[in-house]
Amino acid sequence: MQSFQDSIFRLKQYWAERGCIIQEPYDVEVGAGTMCPETFLRVLGPDPYRVAYVQPSRRPADGRYGDNPNRLFKHSQFQVILKPSPDDIIEQYLGSLEAIGIDLKAHDIKFEEDNWEAPTLGAWGIGWQVMLDGLEISQFTYFQQCGGIDLDAVPAELTYGLERLTAFLQARDSVYEIEWAKGFSYGDVRYRDELQYSVYNFEMADIKTLWKLFDLHEGEATRLLAAYDPKSPVKKRFPLLPTYDHVLKCSNLFNTLDARGAISVTERVGVIQRVRKMAVGVAQAWADQSRVEAAAEVAE
Amino acid sequence: MSLPFLLEIGTEEVPDWMIKNALEDLRARFVALGIPHESVQVDATPRRLVLRASGLVERQADSEELVFGPSEGAPEQAVEGFARKHGVSRSDLGLRSKSRGQSDSVSGSGGQSHSRSGSGGQSHSVSGSAGQSHSTSGSQYYSFTRRVAGRTTAEILAAALPGIVLGIYFPKTMYWTGKNGPRFIRPIRWLVALLGEEVAPFEVGGVRSGGVSSGHRRLGAAEVPVTCADYEQRLRDNCVILSADERRARIVAGLAGAKVDPVLLDTLVYLTEYPTAIEGSFDPAFLELPAEVLVTVMRHHQRYFSVEDAEGKLLPRFFAVMNIGSDPEGFVRRGNERVLRARFTDARFFWDSDQKKKLADRRKDLAAVTFQAKLGSYRDKAKRMKTLVKELGGKPAAVRAADLCKCDLTTELVKEFPELQGVLGGLYARAQGEREDVWQAIYDHYKPVSMEDSIPRNAAGRVVALADKLDTLRGCFRVGLIPTGSRDPFALRRAAQGVVKILVEGKMELPLLDLLEGNAELTAFFQERVKFYFKDARGFQYDEVNAAMAAGWSNLADLDARLVRIQGLRTSPDFEPLAASFKRIRNILEQAKYEGAAAAIREDLLEEEPEKELYREYRSIAGQPIESVISRLRPKVDLFFDKVLVNAPLEEVRQNRLQLLYELRREFSKVADFSEIVTTS
Repeated sequence: MQSFQDSIFRLKQYWAERGCIIQEPYDVEVGAGTMCPETFLRVLGPDPYRVAYVQPSRRPADGRYGDNPNRLFKHSQFQVILKPSPDDIIEQYLGSLEAIGIDLKAHDIKFEEDNWEAPTLGAWGIGWQVMLDGLEISQFTYFQQCGGIDLDAVPAELTYGLERLTAFLQARDSVYEIEWAKGFSYGDVRYRDELQYSVYNFEMADIKTLWKLFDLHEGEATRLLAAYDPKSPVKKRFPLLPTYDHVLKCSNLFNTLDARGAISVTERVGVIQRVRKMAVGVAQAWADQSRVEAAAEVAE
Repeated sequence: MSLPFLLEIGTEEVPDWMIKNALEDLRARFVALGIPHESVQVDATPRRLVLRASGLVERQADSEELVFGPSEGAPEQAVEGFARKHGVSRSDLGLRSKSRGQSDSVSGSGGQSHSRSGSGGQSHSVSGSAGQSHSTSGSQYYSFTRRVAGRTTAEILAAALPGIVLGIYFPKTMYWTGKNGPRFIRPIRWLVALLGEEVAPFEVGGVRSGGVSSGHRRLGAAEVPVTCADYEQRLRDNCVILSADERRARIVAGLAGAKVDPVLLDTLVYLTEYPTAIEGSFDPAFLELPAEVLVTVMRHHQRYFSVEDAEGKLLPRFFAVMNIGSDPEGFVRRGNERVLRARFTDARFFWDSDQKKKLADRRKDLAAVTFQAKLGSYRDKAKRMKTLVKELGGKPAAVRAADLCKCDLTTELVKEFPELQGVLGGLYARAQGEREDVWQAIYDHYKPVSMEDSIPRNAAGRVVALADKLDTLRGCFRVGLIPTGSRDPFALRRAAQGVVKILVEGKMELPLLDLLEGNAELTAFFQERVKFYFKDARGFQYDEVNAAMAAGWSNLADLDARLVRIQGLRTSPDFEPLAASFKRIRNILEQAKYEGAAAAIREDLLEEEPEKELYREYRSIAGQPIESVISRLRPKVDLFFDKVLVNAPLEEVRQNRLQLLYELRREFSKVADFSEIVTTS
């Protein structure tokens, strides 16, 4: 049987062969692979980039104490960015499914319209959800805008839901029953995460503390953004990546507070705006900083 | 020679619901080119938009144009110079006057013709002969006729096709080659453009047109050379069925016993290139869940057809439609069954966990659900609705339903299936022991969702549904969220239509106008909706609706009853003449600016016999329904207008006559303002 990790190995191998850098998961908590700097910042500007990585993605509100066979607080996305997107991108994508052992002549694949939008990131794209025998296994998006910026080169983002895909390959009804590695089920590895984070996110997270943390991270990100000077000769030293980490912290705290039921109607829109403002600020500074680097390279 | 034309725009998967409109737009843009043709046909699958035409000429007809030179009196050198410049001999020049629009030196047309005159035929007659009716003046000019060769159709197509392709309207487009690149619904990956055997060459977004199509993504070849003649067959050989009707027939043929939902069927027709239906089943234990939930999962989320028995009871079976030809190993069936099992398990999980907190205990949670930024939360809305339900005379069951009806918005199952809000609230209320009229009112309170949909089944539901819609309308209009043109993001037209339908069909005697907070815009909005309802949904004539509404439209149940009466009256031979008389009365009163007097009609001032007769008739029939008196009234009115001059010389008499007409009109305008009736005479 092809284990959870076998599928990951094969996907990494497949995309590495197609010119992708294989990254490891980002080490700050995120809600989706899209939010990692490897996607959010790298899609900006005209430079080509190809990267693939697994990203554990945290959705506090989706936690179910490990009771629900299909819902997870933390699921694993396999994320691929191809910038600019090659003309045969869909063929390459279908090839990746065949590489993990799916015979597409004997299975039903459909591309159903599903456009993606992330208000907190000022980002949206056009694309599909990919259905395999009625199961949504991937999100396929042509990015159009990120951080409020129209993208120069159009990247294709492929996101595979690894748990679902593996459950499909192993014909399991519950995520917890899938084989992660020989002798270890997904439940063996992740059940405690699901239970304990559900308890924390829904019951025990201290709302005041979370708000305090939110304010601290927001303050730090805002302070840094205000200090970024586009005219500075040494602006390429400026720590935009650490700034962005604070934005990600805010995003995750917002999600946790939301799951905790701590964000009222009137607050909600406002908090999304606050996160968006920081994310857009980082994206614009990053685009500016990259332009200088590109210009400097040309000069050299 | 007559040629066929084939255009195939090869794309990545186009959203199914956009395809039909895109095809019609493509057809219209081709026809607008004005290239003569015998027939044109459009087809599509998710990956190709196709236009095929027949009977195109190879070359557009030659045409002739007049070239004008110097005027009649010009020096000879100028005339010869003109001839030399254009390479014609002096003797070829003739004198002609210019017709309107020929002020430039060149007239006539070099463009394509719209007539089917055949190659070499003359498309435009040259309007060169002097003394035509168009000529503007007597002055004449030296001129000659030049023959212009028609462009080849291939040239015209090559020049026009990029604009036609990129001009096709889609609700949302993207760019894919980079910023400032072309925009289309999805990336264009290949283009076939054949005129006869030749390629009509053009390029869009780096893709050049050619003669090579593409088959089914996995069952066909990636590259499929085609000709105009074998195109459809070559696609079929590569597992692509071009005809939507044929795909539809293929699907339906595999749906034995299923309930064929036409909307779902259409979706699947445009989601597939090679559709085949397969049957699956699920554990009958799931039938304990409400059928509403099961059907929603199957139809809306999984795009399956559900199956019912003869009594309409859901069976544990379904049909899925796949985009391949067969499933000999049962992979696809088992995959779909597993997905459905997971979906149903989820639904059951949510159904069970939602039950742990009663609807009544969820009321305060609604404070965290936004209704609209300026209009507060659903908790605010629910409170307003409760007050409104009481104002509308709702019984305790309706008040209870209003109190609970929005609480399902906080349940997991509604978050999962937003389209089931209301319905699930009703089901939860039933499961939690609410009275039947209460849970049914909650279940139905979004109804009617369309003109065809029925109104809530019980009185409590009708009051709650009214309160919900009225609250939305009043709030939105108050804060300026008013629909404009096609923009109606809060579906206010549907809400207002729902209010009208409930008031009329529920026979609710409520004063609608008093419920609109004196908002003039909202009143005008409702007036349109009321007219629309009675005209378009109920089929009354527009003048009947105008006439009845002119006599008041606040009580819609009453308006409905009056309209039915007018329709009955219309069959009477006296109706139209009487309506014409009422129009005359209205005109007389308007001209005299007469708006009624406090004093009663003075019998002593009635002079002539017809006038007295009309008065006596009016006195004797006042208060009786118009149906029973119309035949008596009409001759008296006719006689009055025949014999009596309203504008009597004596002011007192004149005023008295005006008062008689005024009272007559008022008396018989309670059902309708008959002067609004359009009469044929």
